[in-house]
Amino acid sequence: MSVRSTLRAFPTLLRVGVSEAVAYRAEMFIWVLSTTMPFIMMALWTAVARTAPVGRYGGDDFVRYFLAAFVVRQMTGAWAAWQINYEVRQGTLAMRLLRPISPLWSYAAENLGSFPMRLFVVVPVAAFSVYKLGWGSVPQTAWGWVFFFLSLFGGWLITFLANVAIGTMSLFMESSTKLMDVWIALFFVCSGYLYPVELFPPAFRAALDWLPFRYQIGLPVELMTNAHDFRTALVLLGRQWLWVALMLAMSLGLWKQGLKRFSAFGG
Amino acid sequence: MLRRYIRLFGVQLRASSLLAMQYRGDFLVEGLISLFWSVTALAPLFVVFQKQEQQIGGWSFGESLLVIGWFTLLQGILEGAISPSLTGVVEHIRKGTLDFVLLKPADAQFLVSTTRFLPWRATNVLVALGIFVYGFHLLGRTPSPLGVLISLVLLGCSVLLLYSLWILTVSAAFFVVKVDNLTYFFTSIFDAARWPASVFRGVLAFIFTFVIPLAVMTTFPAEAMLGRLPLMALVWSVLGSAFFAFVSRRVWLYSIGHYTSASS
Repeated sequence: MSVRSTLRAFPTLLRVGVSEAVAYRAEMFIWVLSTTMPFIMMALWTAVARTAPVGRYGGDDFVRYFLAAFVVRQMTGAWAAWQINYEVRQGTLAMRLLRPISPLWSYAAENLGSFPMRLFVVVPVAAFSVYKLGWGSVPQTAWGWVFFFLSLFGGWLITFLANVAIGTMSLFMESSTKLMDVWIALFFVCSGYLYPVELFPPAFRAALDWLPFRYQIGLPVELMTNAHDFRTALVLLGRQWLWVALMLAMSLGLWKQGLKRFSAFGG
Repeated sequence: MLRRYIRLFGVQLRASSLLAMQYRGDFLVEGLISLFWSVTALAPLFVVFQKQEQQIGGWSFGESLLVIGWFTLLQGILEGAISPSLTGVVEHIRKGTLDFVLLKPADAQFLVSTTRFLPWRATNVLVALGIFVYGFHLLGRTPSPLGVLISLVLLGCSVLLLYSLWILTVSAAFFVVKVDNLTYFFTSIFDAARWPASVFRGVLAFIFTFVIPLAVMTTFPAEAMLGRLPLMALVWSVLGSAFFAFVSRRVWLYSIGHYTSASS
């Protein structure tokens, strides 16, 4: 299918994604509730900072950081790996493949389509952060906003493409959910979701800069809370998009190879 | 009657361990992944306690390790013995196959709670023991025999609590249609039990003590091991978990009573 017709079909797919999110809003609400980890970490770290600040983080800074982490997690969520896994096992991937548009676009549209609904949770949380802790909770410059949204989109792309890559692995082995578990464990530890990456021992920090995880959560959060000056932000953003490009190449390659092996019922 | 249920339990246990042993490769991989999870779960602790002499909510590093140890142990029990079979109930309800379970001449709650075990989760118990040993090594002392005894009583309470909370969660599946992610929700809340309860303040403290009694599950046993759990806390834990079990049983019976099978 040509690029033009794909582009023409995508808005429709997005609309379908939005209505799906509206239809299953109770289910989505439970999903949102299960990402309460930042609030627990917030309680923990403010308890740690009660006696003395940790690095440059005092109690309020931790509150601001983890509220931002909650917001970013909501806006960079993807679940394509489980979807692909399930559909490969059930053989229903065949139905998607019959459509004249790559299934990857419809997975992407489903994920992106849920974001408008998520705004109903995200905006109040961000507003609360601003109300409680001042304007430092959101980017304070024009370039800051631009960079923040770029990093948010980059973070979602990395998450989504990693999901595609790992989900596609189910075409090579029986099930890739175990692989996803490993990825998620690494994601929790390395992404800045449980604690700001700066708090890691210096020896690890250099390694984190080169891994994809911190660009999923850490970077957007740092940009949202004005942690970097223009130069550093630009460098980090560059690395993030380098990862996006790398993941894109990798997941598309795996997808192409994997589909050749896919044989649904009767195939 | 009781003898029959014990025999039934043995049969179910044997069947699920045979099922698990069937795929030996999986068994090994699962064990390794359990181990990996437990190790990554320790990472936040090491980040918090980078500075020596750091304390959170009055707990030192060694003492917090005991809480994590209990958490690891309970997680193993939850993921190895409680959640696998009960997740099946949700599936049963959706497919309408719960009718087959209800028709069997044994208690439905007993049947659905014992259908599936994941034996490789036993690695968690070993990891937990390792953590206990290391924690006490750091503290430079040994647990008192009485403390260990009390903590074992509390272990019984926490397992009962976890199980009851799970039954309550599963019962919700009778009323809401799509709840696969309720289980995910439950485990993510349970995650807070990894930290000493004194860390949480305000609303969270209230929730984690009375609504979802995480404090009873991990913090109390750790305190008992350290020999500083007040006697009243023990009494309340026993009474509280018995009460939870009673409530969950009533709710389960009520939900079963309102279950409309696939065809009706």
